[in-house]
Amino acid sequence: MNDLATYNFAYLDEQTKRMIRRAILKAIAIPGYQVPFASREMPMPYGWGTGGVQVTASILGPDDVLKVIDQGADDTTNAVSIRAFFQKVANVAVTTKTKEATIIQTRHRIPEEPLRESQTLVYQVPIPEPLRFLEPRETETRKMHALEEYGLMHVKLYEDIARNGHIATTYAYPVKVEGRYVMDPSPTPKFDNPKMHRSEALQLFGAGREKRIYAVPPYTQVVSLDFEDHPFEIQKFDRPCALCCAENVYLDEVVLDDRGGRMFVCSDTDHCEDRRCAGHAGPMLAIEEAAE
Amino acid sequence: MTAQSQIYAGGFADPEFEAQTVFRTLMDCFARPGTIGRLTALATPPSPLGMATGAVALTLCDHDTPVWLSPALVKSAAPNWIAFHTGGPVIELKDEARFAFVERDGAVPGFDQFALGTAEYPDRSTTLVVEVEALTGGRPFIGRGPGIKDEVVIAPKGLPDLFLDLWAANRALFPRGIDLVLTAEESVLCLPRTTRLSIKG
Repeated sequence: MNDLATYNFAYLDEQTKRMIRRAILKAIAIPGYQVPFASREMPMPYGWGTGGVQVTASILGPDDVLKVIDQGADDTTNAVSIRAFFQKVANVAVTTKTKEATIIQTRHRIPEEPLRESQTLVYQVPIPEPLRFLEPRETETRKMHALEEYGLMHVKLYEDIARNGHIATTYAYPVKVEGRYVMDPSPTPKFDNPKMHRSEALQLFGAGREKRIYAVPPYTQVVSLDFEDHPFEIQKFDRPCALCCAENVYLDEVVLDDRGGRMFVCSDTDHCEDRRCAGHAGPMLAIEEAAE
Repeated sequence: MTAQSQIYAGGFADPEFEAQTVFRTLMDCFARPGTIGRLTALATPPSPLGMATGAVALTLCDHDTPVWLSPALVKSAAPNWIAFHTGGPVIELKDEARFAFVERDGAVPGFDQFALGTAEYPDRSTTLVVEVEALTGGRPFIGRGPGIKDEVVIAPKGLPDLFLDLWAANRALFPRGIDLVLTAEESVLCLPRTTRLSIKG
């Protein structure tokens, strides 16, 4: 049985793809600027990555290898359902290996392994406008971007310092792209911000409900906003991954029981698996194996 | 009859997949300015519209995109070909065009005559598609900017004499400005408005 018969390749009709493709090209030409686009209804609710799905559907070809991650993991609900969606509507090859993928659609993480020139990273974005919680009117935020008036964002970061003694923003940490547009990197942990800077891979951002597409071309300056006396810092973990012993990676907390037991493991599941295959073992891995 | 068949023939044989490969090449070339991308699907539009130029039109133009054509193209079968295959309205006003096409050896109008976008919506600007003699072998320029690792040398042949000045003026308008696709035979070279060009050596 051919499951593809009832859909155009990759679900979207050709006119929609052209419209999105034009928006992507303009987004690449103006790094960090949010291009409005006529976002379509998708067979999944807003908030499930419809923006990223539409971008992926518009760039995807039959020779691509797709990887989908949700908070770094290949096996969580959102990642599994989007991967299955593209298998069904585009019959495209899928993988969980970062190395093998040509397109990686992501929800809120950047893979630990540095991306290459031949790869494109597609972000699912809930709120594309970094100034939205400071200024609710679109007409005003448009004007602020046009005039490069980003004082408000610095006030917000300053207020963080005044209240907490440090910049308390830990995710969706605002960046300035190529010295011009302030951009929301989507709710990735700020740990991932440095990976965006001069990345070899093209980075595309799709916000379905908010109807915006933006992009960071390869080798583009992406600088996290900060102050001279309060420089940008990424999260640090006081222990390595409990399963693969990796250091300098982003860790998730996993609660183990109701007596305060917990472990910290790699959020990037593929990276963690690779390391375990290569023989790296953390303290919890030994316990897990012994239990089996 | 010949003119008629010229209009109706020459589109993509397999529109979904051919448009997708052409778009991916364009996307990669815009993301990495200076890269020469060889299109794996081509159109056969009526002369003097070139094969690569025609493929770009089929990939990106439709009823939502007013198209401006150079005087020589307007006199050819190109307007009817574009209308039939893409549905794009051919208009006379350059500053309302989303796409503009100039044939090989045709005069390239000043970039500031096209839509440049507004400060709030710089994306509402024309993408200019110009066919040149060749994408290599001309006067070398050094390109720098987003998408370029350190610097890249480009040397398209058959650009207007004042190209560098036109481009510098366009760059100065950033974030407003046009974006440029140069085509020759089966290949494209894209220059987004962010690329800074200077004379080599």
